[in-house]
Amino acid sequence: MSDHSQVERFQDPGLPEHVHRNADVDPIAAKRAERQVAILFLLSAVGTVLTIVSYVFVKSDKYIYLPVMGSTNVQQLLLGIGLTAATLFIGLGAIQWAKKLMPDQEVIAERHEFRSEDVDRDDLVATFKERGEATGLGRRSLIKRTLGLALGLVGLSPLILLRDTGPLPGKYFDTTDWAAGTRLLLDPAGTPIKASDLEVGAVAQVLPELPAGTERTLENTGKDAVLLIRLHPEDFNLDAQRLSWTYQGIIAFSKICTHMGCAVALYEQQTHHLLCPCHQSTFDVTRAAKVIFGPAARPLPQLAITVNSDGYLVAQQPFTLPIGPSFWERNSSNG
Amino acid sequence: MKTSQKIAGATANYVDERTGAAKWLKKNLTKVFPDHWSFMLGEICLYSFVILLMTGTFLTFWFDPSQREVIYHGSYLPLSGVHMSAAYDSTLHLSFDVRGGLLMRQIHHWAALIFMSAIVAHLFRVFFTGAFRKPREFNWLIGIGLLTFGIVEGFLGYSLPDDLLSGTGIRIAEAILQAIPVVGSYLAFFAFGGPFPGTAFIPRIFIVHVLLLPGLFLALITIHLMLVWYQKHTQYPGPGRTEKNVVGYPLMPVYMAKAGGFFFIVFGITAFLGAVASINPIWLYGPYTPGQISAGSQPDWYMGWLDGLVRMAPPLETHAFGHTISWNILIPGLFIPGIIFTGMALYPFIESWITGDKREHHLLDRPRNAPNRTALGVMSITFMLISLANGGNDIIATHFHLTINAIMWFTRIGLFTVPPIAFVITKRVCLSLQRADRDLVLHGKETGRLVMLPTGEMVEVHEPLSDAKKWTLTQHQQPDALPAPLPASATVGLKGKFRARLNRANATQIPAATLTDLKELGDGHH
Amino acid sequence: MKKISSFRRHRIAGPILVVAALFTIGTAFGVASALPSAQSTITTGTSTLVSQGKAIFLRGCSSCHGLHAEGGSIAPSLIGVGSAAVDFQVGTGRMPMADMSQQAMQKKPLYNPQETAALAAYVSSLAPGPSAVTNESLTYERDGNSALGGQLFRTNCAMCHNFAGQGGALTNGKYAPSLMGVDPKYIYEAMVTGPQSMPKFTDATITPQEKLSIIKWLQEANHEQNQGGASLGRVGPVTEGLLGWVLGLGLLIGVSVWLAMKAK
Repeated sequence: MSDHSQVERFQDPGLPEHVHRNADVDPIAAKRAERQVAILFLLSAVGTVLTIVSYVFVKSDKYIYLPVMGSTNVQQLLLGIGLTAATLFIGLGAIQWAKKLMPDQEVIAERHEFRSEDVDRDDLVATFKERGEATGLGRRSLIKRTLGLALGLVGLSPLILLRDTGPLPGKYFDTTDWAAGTRLLLDPAGTPIKASDLEVGAVAQVLPELPAGTERTLENTGKDAVLLIRLHPEDFNLDAQRLSWTYQGIIAFSKICTHMGCAVALYEQQTHHLLCPCHQSTFDVTRAAKVIFGPAARPLPQLAITVNSDGYLVAQQPFTLPIGPSFWERNSSNG
Repeated sequence: MKTSQKIAGATANYVDERTGAAKWLKKNLTKVFPDHWSFMLGEICLYSFVILLMTGTFLTFWFDPSQREVIYHGSYLPLSGVHMSAAYDSTLHLSFDVRGGLLMRQIHHWAALIFMSAIVAHLFRVFFTGAFRKPREFNWLIGIGLLTFGIVEGFLGYSLPDDLLSGTGIRIAEAILQAIPVVGSYLAFFAFGGPFPGTAFIPRIFIVHVLLLPGLFLALITIHLMLVWYQKHTQYPGPGRTEKNVVGYPLMPVYMAKAGGFFFIVFGITAFLGAVASINPIWLYGPYTPGQISAGSQPDWYMGWLDGLVRMAPPLETHAFGHTISWNILIPGLFIPGIIFTGMALYPFIESWITGDKREHHLLDRPRNAPNRTALGVMSITFMLISLANGGNDIIATHFHLTINAIMWFTRIGLFTVPPIAFVITKRVCLSLQRADRDLVLHGKETGRLVMLPTGEMVEVHEPLSDAKKWTLTQHQQPDALPAPLPASATVGLKGKFRARLNRANATQIPAATLTDLKELGDGHH
Repeated sequence: MKKISSFRRHRIAGPILVVAALFTIGTAFGVASALPSAQSTITTGTSTLVSQGKAIFLRGCSSCHGLHAEGGSIAPSLIGVGSAAVDFQVGTGRMPMADMSQQAMQKKPLYNPQETAALAAYVSSLAPGPSAVTNESLTYERDGNSALGGQLFRTNCAMCHNFAGQGGALTNGKYAPSLMGVDPKYIYEAMVTGPQSMPKFTDATITPQEKLSIIKWLQEANHEQNQGGASLGRVGPVTEGLLGWVLGLGLLIGVSVWLAMKAK
């Protein structure tokens, strides 16, 4: 590579020659451009009129079929097209005006140095120092320290005021509305269910029967939702305890995904897999909802079920583990 | 003097006597703005924001940000008698019983999608042209802030109607909060006013969505624009353009007309989408309840990459001493986004640390002339696209007859293997383009015309480039413009050696053609 | 002639030849598969429906489902599945299955309605099972409640079939098909028999009246006019985001390019 001082670089040829537009030199072209802009602005006015007319006169329950779009509501379409025209054409008109008729000579402006003059900087530093000393903060350490204390503390009050944004979680995550003997009710019908109501391969969405007079809230559903599935008993691959939580091939799991809380209700009858549609965690029903694919780290908690004296399916006991997504205080050593 | 002139004069006098406006108006009406289509991307963001404010205000006149339970009796019969929140009910009312209500809802949502797309496109333009370099680092930081808050604002916005799809998204957000070690369950209970879903969340995010974040946006955008105004916009290199000038058109009348007109264009195109394309048809989703879910549930696209990362995460949790830490949520949900956004925010400082370049830059880089930066950008985009693809893996599977399992594995592995390949390919492409530029300058443009020389040799006629083009293709390397060789003191120690290594890698360039090179080619060359 | 022989030596000639050969083979296979096989001829005469069904069964189904419909390693037993299952599987063309892939796909039925009825009669004669229904017998317009149907659909069906019945992905290439435009009787029969991956919804868990409500809701959803313009597939934010980028930002960039171009 040759010595820098001897390398000749290409030079900046400067701004190119200005090329005039048709409208600059030819009055007919200029008039044509003016007409174009005018037409565009007029189209905008038409658009506004269309919007107003559609709002006032078009019925809101009319639909029209259009190719590509399919059917659509007429009033909403016309209001929208009207508004589109009303705005778009102003823009097109203004831009066409600027491109064709406004001066298009390129203009040069100089950039200025941002850095302040040295004298200004020095003055600033001097002023700052002088007036800073005048506050006496440097000498009066008692003021400095107590000011620091006051300012530091004052920010705490707004924070503490936020405490009542919600209650403490307490034992909330550990309990659901399922208890020994709670009947399973169909969602949304609310009727109890017998074992014979389910065939092999059938599923049911169930919720616990709440004490009389208690209204079911979404918070209840968010904890209590359970999926009931019936398999051939010989399909199960469970230890004795878990098997005792099933009833004649019927097995119950919490429907709330242990990953991030979506409803895991997608049951594949032939593979006996449950799929959560949110992040594709897959659970094997025959092995107590063990996770076989996807990001969930824990199986779905199993609800122990049996039948009561009337033959309705009931819970044997509450869930033995917190349901739903993980949290710091969760003891997950058993799943 | 005409009456209108008299009135105008009197008004101007009135205002100027009280504000001294004439002085700064005189200076600023003649301000010069460079003209390039890629400079309009930021304007798309700005104008979409204004449209969001206007349509959003309209919506607040009917929307009821409350989760109290109501029974629907409006005109959409398939939901007749269904229990739902007032928020969902009022959104249905807007969509079916308020004239123009659905149009405004749709324009609002399309404007939000365009707002985010334009921010990303603008980010790409600023990144690949090196516009974030001194003196524009503050603006870069503000931009990253706008991007981050924009994602949050959009998520909160489409969650307001409390429908099944967005409610599922809120459930997932709550699970991320809950997963935070030590304080997670408390944060979740404080945010939701108790257990999920509670009745406090929608009213609270309503205020964040319509007051706090828009206020923040207004402030950030104002500072962002003031900095652009004061520092003057960058410009692409070309004849007549230097680091010390701005070449373009004046604010009045040209820029006012073009930029003002462009606002109406953005409004018009957003209104067009609102007119012809359904978006967020919440009546089809149904009201939110934690016991229901739809196949193919996704967040809006700007959060799709987050969803993709969460889906592909391995099932890692630590269960120890009676506590649980969900790495499968924390890593893709908090750590990786944290790294990405922090990395993005710090990039100008990282790059100037590597190059040792402390000069001001007002001329933009052609991406090929910064091969490492361009390759890094393409690598990051590849990473985000792979995550985004996995976020839609169930939709992709059904429409292209693939399996969600295969897509998941492809993206799990591809996330780490494909971006480095993209880096290498992009860098090589940039260097090739530099070589092509050099050849173009030295040998001229191929014309496709063949000529036979007296010696019988067939040669192609090359047309020499204009002086303007020659300048544009070679101006990027000033005499001492090569990435500054770092002083010896900066390269000691482990950190220094690492920096020197990066510096050298960054300095890979094809030397630009010079006049000397051209002259050395001499005669006998066509 | 010269052109062809000189083209032979072109380096692209080889690949073009391979593509042409593949195309020919593929087309031939497609045509051959579409041709009705000889098995679909109706045996007229005095055969009862059941024996006609048995004859068709032995010819077209027993190779997988066993000579006595007892099933085997590659196909389940059909004993007790009832005429509903047969009407559904054969009527929608899923059976006979064309290839042994993850899932039987809906295709043009091989057997006409009379043959389908014969098969159904034969299978239901083996053991009691759910009965096939007809579209006319499903009085969903009168007896169904579409709002209830929607709630039931969202609780029991949307997790596989999507909130608007557009279909969805299951694991390993299986999928829940779109329910749009599906005959009411097939929807009913599918709910009752639980075909392939789909679970069974017995009349105790979803009562017949509730099933009618679901069907009513689905019919209305299928015919529902778009309130706000093109539906974009009713699959949610994925297609919306695509359109926003491609059409929204695309048009805006197009206008920007026009805006910055020098006028003539």
